[in-house]
Amino acid sequence: MKLLLEMVEGLRIAWDAIGANKLRAVLTTLGIIIGIVTVTLMGAAIRGLNAAFLTSVSAVGTDVFFIQKWPWFNEEPWWKLLKRREIYLADGHAFIRKANPHWHVNLQSVGVRTLRYGHNVATGVFLVGNTETAVVTDDLSFSAGRYFTAAEVEGHRPVCVLGADVARNFFPHGQAVGRRVRIDDMAFEVIGVLEKKGKFLGIENLDNTAHIPVTLMGRGFTFFPGIRIAVKVGGLAHLEDAREEVRAVMRHVRRLPPTDPDDFSVNSLEAFIQKFTQVSRIIGGVGLFITGLSLFVGGIGIMNIMFVSVTERTREIGVRKAVGAKRRAILIQFLIEAAVICLLGGLIGLGLATLITWGIARFFPATLSLPIAALALGVSALTGILAGFLPAWRAARMNPVDALRSE
Amino acid sequence: MSLIRLQNISRRYQMGTETIHALREVSLEIQRGEYVAIMGPSGSGKSTLMNVLGCLDSPTSGRYELNGTDVSEMDDNELAEVRNREIGFVFQTFNLLPRSNALHNVELPLIYAGVHADERRQTALTALQQVGLGDRVHHRPNELSGGQRQRVAVARALVNQPSILLADEPTGNLDSKTGEEIMALFEELAQKGNTIILVTHEEDIARQARRILRIRDGLIASDERLERKS
Ligand SMILES: Nc1ncnc2c1ncn2[C@@H]1O[C@H](COP(=O)(O)OP(=O)(O)OP(=O)(O)O)[C@@H](O)[C@H]1O
Ligand SMILES: [Mg+2]
Repeated sequence: MKLLLEMVEGLRIAWDAIGANKLRAVLTTLGIIIGIVTVTLMGAAIRGLNAAFLTSVSAVGTDVFFIQKWPWFNEEPWWKLLKRREIYLADGHAFIRKANPHWHVNLQSVGVRTLRYGHNVATGVFLVGNTETAVVTDDLSFSAGRYFTAAEVEGHRPVCVLGADVARNFFPHGQAVGRRVRIDDMAFEVIGVLEKKGKFLGIENLDNTAHIPVTLMGRGFTFFPGIRIAVKVGGLAHLEDAREEVRAVMRHVRRLPPTDPDDFSVNSLEAFIQKFTQVSRIIGGVGLFITGLSLFVGGIGIMNIMFVSVTERTREIGVRKAVGAKRRAILIQFLIEAAVICLLGGLIGLGLATLITWGIARFFPATLSLPIAALALGVSALTGILAGFLPAWRAARMNPVDALRSE
Repeated sequence: MSLIRLQNISRRYQMGTETIHALREVSLEIQRGEYVAIMGPSGSGKSTLMNVLGCLDSPTSGRYELNGTDVSEMDDNELAEVRNREIGFVFQTFNLLPRSNALHNVELPLIYAGVHADERRQTALTALQQVGLGDRVHHRPNELSGGQRQRVAVARALVNQPSILLADEPTGNLDSKTGEEIMALFEELAQKGNTIILVTHEEDIARQARRILRIRDGLIASDERLERKS
């Protein structure tokens, strides 16, 4: 009970003391502010990235392997990879013939093209050539119509499926299916519209797209002659075995002697996720380092200003001791003052971080979370208490006669 | 039983190689309800004696019994508690908290005694009324005259109903008229039975007490009891 009274008195003194030196308190707390801003922003960025990444990744699934000329994460020097052969549609077909019958294999090719409908023009559309299996490998769903069939792919039929944004752009009142759009100079019949997907990592628009049979992509619709082979192996168990099997089939297709290295890469989201986790760990680590450093510097500043405060108020300490304040009461008083200054810094930091997060959230996924905010405040109060301890201890141990005699 | 009992109290200060004897084997008894004035030249050890009596300072050697308990061997925290319960101190320079108003200044000892806000406020108000400052409770020290400040200090010293009121040159910073007002207040308190010990340089102020101790070079040179004035 007495402790509580002493703490209330401590708060009151802290408030008075800080009020008398507002600017000093704010300047002192700069290090804390920077520390709190960094830690909350890092937290917000990592959280936002994670959330965006997971929603994006879960759309594709981690049991899909992509056989490509280039690896997603470069383990080897690029000039060695340059000698690799391109993967053509013929390789894809050969792969399908030799593939495990449980797999779903999609042959993909991409490019960026301009689409027209009447006078409407859509530029920079992400054009994807697919086989009918894309419905499974890319986990597609439709808001209207259907996907193209194997027969349409093999028969080079000029049909297309539009992404949600392209469809809404050309056909704001619906009724896309059955219309004809032009891609470059070729007319395509719209047979389906994809459901809205949102943005990948919150940045890349996944709905500004159009799908056509991959067999038509060779005809000048893509810059790259090569394709990639997407293999959905089905089931997440034994992914590494499945990867080996996919690799073996492709080596067979390529007729590689056993001593030769692969001349292709088997990419998967698994590796992407690992890489991503690694990156977000690095961001987190750097963030923690900066936070720790600025909190440390901030803590030193607080310690310094608390020593000043103790010296300035030596006489007050003497008076309090003379009327019966014990060491504990004086200690608490100065610890609270240090903690309040730091909390103030923490609050200012949080305010800044909220503003910044709010600003960058427009073009980068970032969300501030309550636990992070609470943690930030806790950490700043703790910094204050740790940094304030030495000065407070000095004050608590003062001899009342000496303290009263000080000027 | 004496309220205060000093036996061979010494207080020495070590200044480099030199030892300063501020008090030399002082023995003294003061009864409950006494009104004592301490006089002596500057540097004779008056303040040192007051600090020992007020448990602000511990003697280097000797035994000090206050209210029957030995306080000479107590540690910092125990002494703080004794000061809180038994001692009321009035200083020459008032020593009020400059940023707090009169009421809060007077409440201070009660806070450290663990008294609750409502009761604390009430007690402090009563104490301020006793010293005639019932209409100045929300003034800060810099909004009060010297005499009023010293009254606040007296109210603060009395608020815990201590056994002893110690005043080290309480009129030293006041003009003679205000000084007399404070002395009238002390007289009133003495008549109510409070034990008062005050240090002064002025003979006619000392004459208002019932007993005068004269100190020279850390020793009690004389101990004179005055006849009660009519
Ligand atoms: N903290 C200290 N360190 C060293 N010497 C001290 C200390 N405090 C007091 N003294 C010495 O002890 C002696 C007594 O000092 P004290 O303050 O008790 O004198 P006083 O009688 O109150 O004088 P005054 O009338 O000027 O207030 C002096 O010689 C002083 O210099
Ligand atoms: Mg003195």
